[in-house]
Parts: sequence; structure tokens; C-alpha cells
Amino acid sequence: MSSSIANLDSADLQESRPAEVGRSNKGRRKILAISSRGGHWIQLLRLRPAFEGSDVVFVTTEPEYRSMVDGARFRVITEATRNEKLRMLTMLLQIFWIVLRERPTSVVTTGAAPGYFAVRLGKLLGAKTLWIDSIANAEELSLSGRLASKHADVTLTQWSHLAAPGIVGHCGAVI
Amino acid sequence: MIFVTVGNMDPFDRLIRAVDQWVSERSLTEDVFAQIGKGAYHPQNCKYIPFLTPAEFKNKFANARVVVSHAGMGTIITSLEMRKPIVVMPKRANLGEQRNEHQLATVRHFRRSKQVLVADSELELGSVLDQVLATDVDDSAEAGGEASWPADPALIQFVRAFVS
Repeated sequence: MSSSIANLDSADLQESRPAEVGRSNKGRRKILAISSRGGHWIQLLRLRPAFEGSDVVFVTTEPEYRSMVDGARFRVITEATRNEKLRMLTMLLQIFWIVLRERPTSVVTTGAAPGYFAVRLGKLLGAKTLWIDSIANAEELSLSGRLASKHADVTLTQWSHLAAPGIVGHCGAVI
Repeated sequence: MIFVTVGNMDPFDRLIRAVDQWVSERSLTEDVFAQIGKGAYHPQNCKYIPFLTPAEFKNKFANARVVVSHAGMGTIITSLEMRKPIVVMPKRANLGEQRNEHQLATVRHFRRSKQVLVADSELELGSVLDQVLATDVDDSAEAGGEASWPADPALIQFVRAFVS
């Protein structure tokens, strides 16, 4: 659990922009909001009201999505399917680099592979990690969600019937 | 305008082919425009493009009377945000279109929705499209307003507390 989160007013947060080397952000509140492209990304954007007043870096696999975050900080990683091991490794290293540089105090993800890596690496570097499983998974938790739930501080499903006390919570949905 | 989209770059030829055939069998007075991703099937009866930028996508969406799509949550959420009627047809894992059958689960949960209409397969798509075009589009849908459907407040509150 992150401990030293200072209460900052928005002026302080403004000063931290643009990109600044991670270590100097110690003590600040910083969110790494990460997901793969498509529906995961649309769902991640639905959480933006929760990020207001915080320093947030969006990370995804589609460069074109920069236009969807109205000037918020945005970083692109390689896209990889489950069978593309080399690309998967590249993605892992890119996320590791981003987590190292940005030193987020929390990681919020709607999946899938990038979110899983960010949860693992974020935890490694002391961030609080939140996995919100995609609303597309209405009958069971996603595979990546099941894996992530072993490591994330909090795992939420968007379907009440998929909640499992003590393991997977439910707190509503993005729609 | 009727906007057809496969949602991303992944092909969904079964949808595009079915829409194309439907267009050929009707004498439509309005344009049909399709975003087909990496699909190998190129429609004969409507304009199409592989990819749209987010801005172009939003623009097509906003100008459409009806959207036709796979049952992907990204497109469904966009349609809810923009209050746009949408016809969805699930991609199937057993046809190699998807890794698992989660889109079948998605359509089961939307079956009672008046705004998200489900065509289970290409066999049903034409009749669902006829039906939606025959229905008077209500004011809210016509307005096609900007995102006005917020996420669950409890979820936003939880996430805000979590990151604080």
C-alpha cells in the first residue's frame, strides 16, 4: 500500500506537467490509467471523472487515441496478442519503463494484457493497483482478470452475479 | 446514413457481407457507410473504409440514424453515450471470429434493450434492420447528443477514493 500521499491542490499538480522524471514525483498522487485498445479503452475513459484533480497518464496500444484524452498525458505501447511472444515481451518492457519513469501511486486498468503487466509491475514498485474487469465479461471473469485478481489490491467485476466475496468486488458498472 | 462498423481492425466479414446483401435487396434512400477493418470482403453496394480515426469515427456515429456493429462493448457504450440506436450481431468463437463466446453473453444481457437491438446471426440481420428503420426514432436518439450517460456513481466514487 502506498503510504506517503500528500494532499496537493490543483496548482501543484499543474506544475508537475509536462513529463517529468519519475523519482521527483515522490509524494505526489499519480495515476497510471492503462488498457488495450477498443472496448477496454472506452471503458477506461468512462472512469475519467474519478481522475479529476489527479495527475494521470493514459497508456494504450493505439496512437490515434491521443485525440480522445483532450491533452492529458498519453503514452503508447506495442500491441500484442497472446501468441505473439516477442511483441508481448516488448510490451512488458515498455510498461516496465513507463512505470519506472512515472512512478504512479496507483494503477487503474480495465484490461487486458497491458493491464495485467501494469498491475504486476506497479505492485513491484509500490503502487496501489485496481483491476476493473471489462463489462464484456458477463458470464465469467476474463482470463487476464482471473490472473490479475491474484495480484491486484482490488479486483472489481461490473456484473453483480460475478462478485466473489473477498476476491472480486462489485461496485457498479461504467454504463 | 446507416453506419456499419466492425469496431476495430479485426475483420468481421460475415457482418459486412450480410449488410451488403441486405442493401442490394432493398431500395434504400439513404447512404450506407462501412468501416471494415482488415476484412477481406469488400462490399459492392456501399462505400467502405478499413479504418477511421477516433474523430472520424465519432463523426460517422453522430451523423448516423442507425449503427450496425459487432457486439463489442466499446461500440455499444458509444451508442449509449450518443443515444444512437444500434443493431449488434455477435462475433462467434466457433467461426474463428473471436477467442471466446463473450459476445453471445453480451447480447443475452441486452436482449430486452430498446436501443441495442440484437441480430443473432446474418440470417436475422436483414429483418432486424428493416424493423429498426421502420421504427420512428425518438427525440433523444435524434438529438444524438454528447455523452450524457454517466458511469455508475458508486463506481466513480470508489475509484476516486482508491486513487486518492
